[in-house]
Amino acid sequence: MTDADLLYGDVEEELRASVRRLLAQRVSPAVLAAAYDEPAGLSALWRGLARDLGVAALLIPEELGGVGATAREAAVVAEEIGRAVAPVPFLTSSVIATVALLEAGDHETLAVLAAGEATAALALGFGAAAPPVAATVKATPAGLSGHVATVADAGTATVLVVPAEGADGLELHTVTAPGPGTTVTPVPSLDMTRPVADVAFDGAPSRRIDRGDARGAVAEALRAGAVLLASEQIGVASRCFEMTLDYVRQRYQFGRSIGSFQAVKHRLADLWVEVGQAGAAARYAADTHARRDPDVAVAAAVAQSYCGTVAVHAAEECVQLHGGIGMTWEHPAHLYLKRAKADQLALGTPYEARSALAALVGLPRA
Amino acid sequence: MTDDEAISADLALRVERLLDDVDLARIGREDFLGARFDAGLAWVHFPPGCGGLGLPVEFQELVDSRLRAAGAPEHLPGRNGIGRGMAAPTIAAFGTEEQKTRLLRPLWTGEHEYCQLFSEPGAGSDLAAVAARAVRDGDTWVVNGQKVWTSSAHTARRAILVARTDADVPKHRGLTYFICDMTDPGVDVRPLRQITGEAEFNEVFLTDVRIPDADRLGEVGEGWRVATLTLNNERVAIGGGVPREQGMIGKAAQAWRERPELRDPAMHDELMRHWVEAEVARLSAVRMRQRLAAGQPGPEGSAMKLTFARLAQAISGFELELLGADGLRYDDWTARRPESVDYTGRGAGYRYLRAKGNSIEGGTSEILRNVIAERVLGLPAEHRTDKDIPWKDVPR
Repeated sequence: MTDADLLYGDVEEELRASVRRLLAQRVSPAVLAAAYDEPAGLSALWRGLARDLGVAALLIPEELGGVGATAREAAVVAEEIGRAVAPVPFLTSSVIATVALLEAGDHETLAVLAAGEATAALALGFGAAAPPVAATVKATPAGLSGHVATVADAGTATVLVVPAEGADGLELHTVTAPGPGTTVTPVPSLDMTRPVADVAFDGAPSRRIDRGDARGAVAEALRAGAVLLASEQIGVASRCFEMTLDYVRQRYQFGRSIGSFQAVKHRLADLWVEVGQAGAAARYAADTHARRDPDVAVAAAVAQSYCGTVAVHAAEECVQLHGGIGMTWEHPAHLYLKRAKADQLALGTPYEARSALAALVGLPRA
Repeated sequence: MTDDEAISADLALRVERLLDDVDLARIGREDFLGARFDAGLAWVHFPPGCGGLGLPVEFQELVDSRLRAAGAPEHLPGRNGIGRGMAAPTIAAFGTEEQKTRLLRPLWTGEHEYCQLFSEPGAGSDLAAVAARAVRDGDTWVVNGQKVWTSSAHTARRAILVARTDADVPKHRGLTYFICDMTDPGVDVRPLRQITGEAEFNEVFLTDVRIPDADRLGEVGEGWRVATLTLNNERVAIGGGVPREQGMIGKAAQAWRERPELRDPAMHDELMRHWVEAEVARLSAVRMRQRLAAGQPGPEGSAMKLTFARLAQAISGFELELLGADGLRYDDWTARRPESVDYTGRGAGYRYLRAKGNSIEGGTSEILRNVIAERVLGLPAEHRTDKDIPWKDVPR
């Protein structure tokens, strides 16, 4: 708890600058809005991030063709993706599925992901905070069968990492998608910059990858996801705050900039405080994860409880303080609101995070 | 050896020499502090002769920790914070050589405890509106007026005072800053009983108080600039260096843990929300210190104070609800005059009531939001109707 470093190093700032530059070039509100009307496949944007900047390989060890970085560096990428609401499967593939594969020991698939050629998705509902008590997919000698609803970024993934119930409990399998016996059905999503899909298996051929601790692997994957989701959320929140601050400065009503009204400026002041403090919580989570500090469980739960709600608040203030324009399809505020609200529900709600936290710090409900 | 290492080695030597020169077992607190002052080890960033050595402030910690380890006498806890924290840097910045030599040593040793005569019934958030008048009479000034919210006025020997010396110019330009002798017969200190029942603060009535011109700090009419320096040194309790579950949340969590019969599942999520917010505030304080240490000072101080006040109020209110019927009891309404204040001391009822002051004292939360919005975020300033007119013509 005392060794935490909550600041950013030079290398991290350089990584941030290159990701920001690339996203600024390739992500526009028009590109993002198109995600709602014409959902596309894996974009050129992702190929740029994955191949040119190597973000897909960040958490993969060097000996497996990766970069061998930690959550501290990945957090910077997540922040920038949040700032741009970029429609890329970084969190789902390069963090959650990657950590699941790492923990299970599937080096072969990791090498493919590191090269940025393919993406993977953990076949678990995106709202899950913990491994399933009983997986809805069954592993039998005849293949995988069962249905998983609301899997994030499954529509573009070519590898599905599937928690499945075997004879002796939870197992972890990989399945190639699309493929025989596997159906992925995209569904209209609250946040189309990270679309969800339903996945159905009907005797799908699979490869079992775990070495007996599938539950531990999934738990680690979800924790890494929660830690880095918090950083994405402060990216969303920061950008919403900045857009709003710019707008209230230049919007004139009653012959004054609306940012001169206390009713407005006090809201901005409060939001600035919140967004800044959320940054400390997210950074602490990333830092404890990177250092394998045992406090990471508490840090992740705190960040999950706090940062998601701050991002939603920032996006809601963004819509409200923009007035009518904030309600339009044309203005990007809605893209941030949808991402923020969806992010708040991802990997467990803030309520679930606080329940988990209560157990960790000895404050039982009853 | 780098410069820093050379300075550290020299300081360590000076501390050793100071400790060699005194008999720690016998020397009194004031005498030791005097010797420490004379050795330049009171505040190392002050000039030589003023209790310092003209070094960067970072070296103070080395001196403090070594003296602490040696068991040297320290200042009385909770006493003369205004003197050391606010008056001293102001005297060091604006005092003449004569004033620095005369005033700083007794301030440091605790012989002269200081209080602050700034706020008035008509000048709270709008501090530049002070109405206490100082009129020149030869080599002295004659002061009349009323000050309020003065902690330690009943024990202080000196005060820093802002008074109006010119009513015909706009409010910020007609103020002058003085060091006031609290033993002057014209100073009448009356306890100001507050919401908690105790009298932590005072009202101070000034009637024909005579202040020698030698105790004026800064130029006549320069009082606002001098006072601004004082206020910039006003330290805010930000929850310190700080283990988890300090402050109000520690009290609420303790009650939840130790009294299972109080646990209402309907209150659990609120408890955890408070816990999370307190932890996030703690992490923000840690980060603020890391930024300072890395040479990246930021404007987070005002954010910390806003958050501290909000959480102290919310959590102390929650704690009373958690206690239920027990929350109906209050520990003591006696009009006591506490020597120091502990926001989390005493009972839950006291904590709840005292916390109400946290969003008022040292800058209200509303003023702090203005400060953040205008100075940090660069939003346009409030419209001011009193800025360019003589103080005497401002509506009141």
